[in-house]
Amino acid sequence: MSRGSSTAGSGAVTQVEGRAIPLRGDDIDTDRIMPARFLKAVSFEGLERHVFEDDRASNPSHPFNDGRYAGAALLVVNKNFGCGSSREHAPQGLHRFGIRAIVGESFSEIFQGNAVMLGMPCFVADHASIDALQGAIERHPSASVTADVASGRVRADGVEIHASLPPAVRDAFLTGQWNPTVMLLDRFDEVRAVAERLPYVSGF
Amino acid sequence: MYSSWVVSHTLFHKVWNAHAVRALPSGQTQLFVGLHLIHEVTSPQAFDMLRQHHWRVACPDRTFATVDHIVPTRSQTRPFLDVMAEEMTVALERNCKEFGIPYWPPDNENQGIVHVIGPELGLTQPGMTIACGDSHTSTHGAFGAIAFGIGTSQVRDVLASQCLALDPLKVRRIDVNGTLKPGVYAKDVILTIIRQLGVQGGVGHAYEYGGSTIDRMSIEERLTICNMSIEGGARVGYVNPDQTTFDFLRGRRFAPQGAAFDRACAWWRSMASDANASYDDRVTFDAAAIEPTVTWGINPGQSVRVSERIEGDPHDEAFAFMGFHPGDHVAGTKIDVAFIGSCTNSRLSDLEEAARIVRGHRVAPHVKALVVPGSRTISREAQARGLDQIFIDAGFEWRGAGCSMCLAMNPDRLEGRQVCASSSNRNFKGRQGSPTGRTLLMSPAMVAAAAIAGEVVDVRTLLGKEEVMA
Repeated sequence: MSRGSSTAGSGAVTQVEGRAIPLRGDDIDTDRIMPARFLKAVSFEGLERHVFEDDRASNPSHPFNDGRYAGAALLVVNKNFGCGSSREHAPQGLHRFGIRAIVGESFSEIFQGNAVMLGMPCFVADHASIDALQGAIERHPSASVTADVASGRVRADGVEIHASLPPAVRDAFLTGQWNPTVMLLDRFDEVRAVAERLPYVSGF
Repeated sequence: MYSSWVVSHTLFHKVWNAHAVRALPSGQTQLFVGLHLIHEVTSPQAFDMLRQHHWRVACPDRTFATVDHIVPTRSQTRPFLDVMAEEMTVALERNCKEFGIPYWPPDNENQGIVHVIGPELGLTQPGMTIACGDSHTSTHGAFGAIAFGIGTSQVRDVLASQCLALDPLKVRRIDVNGTLKPGVYAKDVILTIIRQLGVQGGVGHAYEYGGSTIDRMSIEERLTICNMSIEGGARVGYVNPDQTTFDFLRGRRFAPQGAAFDRACAWWRSMASDANASYDDRVTFDAAAIEPTVTWGINPGQSVRVSERIEGDPHDEAFAFMGFHPGDHVAGTKIDVAFIGSCTNSRLSDLEEAARIVRGHRVAPHVKALVVPGSRTISREAQARGLDQIFIDAGFEWRGAGCSMCLAMNPDRLEGRQVCASSSNRNFKGRQGSPTGRTLLMSPAMVAAAAIAGEVVDVRTLLGKEEVMA
């Protein structure tokens, strides 16, 4: 199982293995994942304690309250997960909670981008596959689930689905080059050249 | 990167190509960021990461900071009563000082919501790439800029390198043609677009808004439209720059001055989509068919025309949360709070339109109503026009500038299951500060009408009276 720092990390991510939490529902926004009052801080420390805090309080049977999923490394969701606010506090909270990969029908772009920056792949599969995976996990909550980055195979107890990552993202995880900062800093002379060609940079 | 041999381009492609540095080994494009706006909530961790790696800020002169999310709106005297709000403000001040970044403190005459003051100061310009650690950065697309909401690790990247690693987007052209009826506003247009295309419909796309209705809109109306692109799943939304854009920018503090302004106009015009540009998708809306629109559910796509019944799967959690049933009307829903503000609808024209409804009326006794201008500049202009007094006379609270009850990171928040008629952008569960609080999104004029009636009403009933009286 891959482990990375919650801030700026690197290293290949090839496979994620562990218990998985099935969280059903479309359009789960980042306000629900991490309510805004927990953004009132100058660090990401401790955010794992507040993941889905209001949803968990109002719904005792929320999967994040279910002890059978304790220690989960994977999260299985439906459509448009992480929509709304760009707050990285949401994927940071999930990552610090122990989640290392998410498998879902679709993700909001900003959330997905933020997750990649933490080394947390967001695999995509069709509705029937996700439903089958969620069902298998619900039947055997403590069974181990494996998500393989190279092949896109996600295996749970008795169920195997095919999920995908964009090829470039997949390769970035496999080679450990998923954190772009160093690449962006690599050739600043080229950045300067592009900037100097822009009329608004040179003052028209 | 996009191939450049194709003759006709959209603005998105032109701006992308002009800012593309290179293709990264990850397959993404390294894109130069022309303007980086930062605020107190999503930047402190990014600065810590810079310090950790001993990195500098690459272009402090292309970076601008302000405080908006956590500022109290009742009194902005420092230190703030909220210790954490004060700590976050102090952290931003320290970071800006250490890295040489221009900063507008809470007591500055230009302070306000980052997406309001960028345009006001002329920082936001056509043809730029803009990034900010806030999803409503799409707002700046109203000028024909390509503006991305980003997370904190990406804020770190932009601070360190003035670049982002991004995948290109498809472009969906959205035409709105015809004349909006009285009482129908830009907010109703974008809520209608999101309702039809869905909250996931824009994922992977930039939305290019055009057509005769958008062409006739002011910059402020276009800002409202582009602001909510992200609520439709589109990270980027924009309107091609035109004479309206140039007229707005002329003379603004950070806009080009003198002969440079004319040269800028020529370049800005050249960045607009070509007439025969091809799009990945096209959708058309009839402006005359759009009605005052109100959300009833827990995402911005769940809306109805004010005269319409709510329909949907009764098992949708939105019904239980909001207390509605299929077949209900949203009109007649009793409200507890009326909020006019946010980066969507807190500009001068929003306040003028709301004041036109409010003038001569009283807020219903059971309603707490507040107006939070988007910036100190708007607040001053509104006061010069006597708008503040109209609101105060009617029983509204007139507050200082900030994000306020849009996301309730300051003391302005709902309590318990209160229902709020709100001119903001998100009706997510818990969004306005109470986990069980309920938000009905609508235009500022509709919020004003709801405040007076004490319940959701069709603003046109009040407009009718106004016109008769006039």
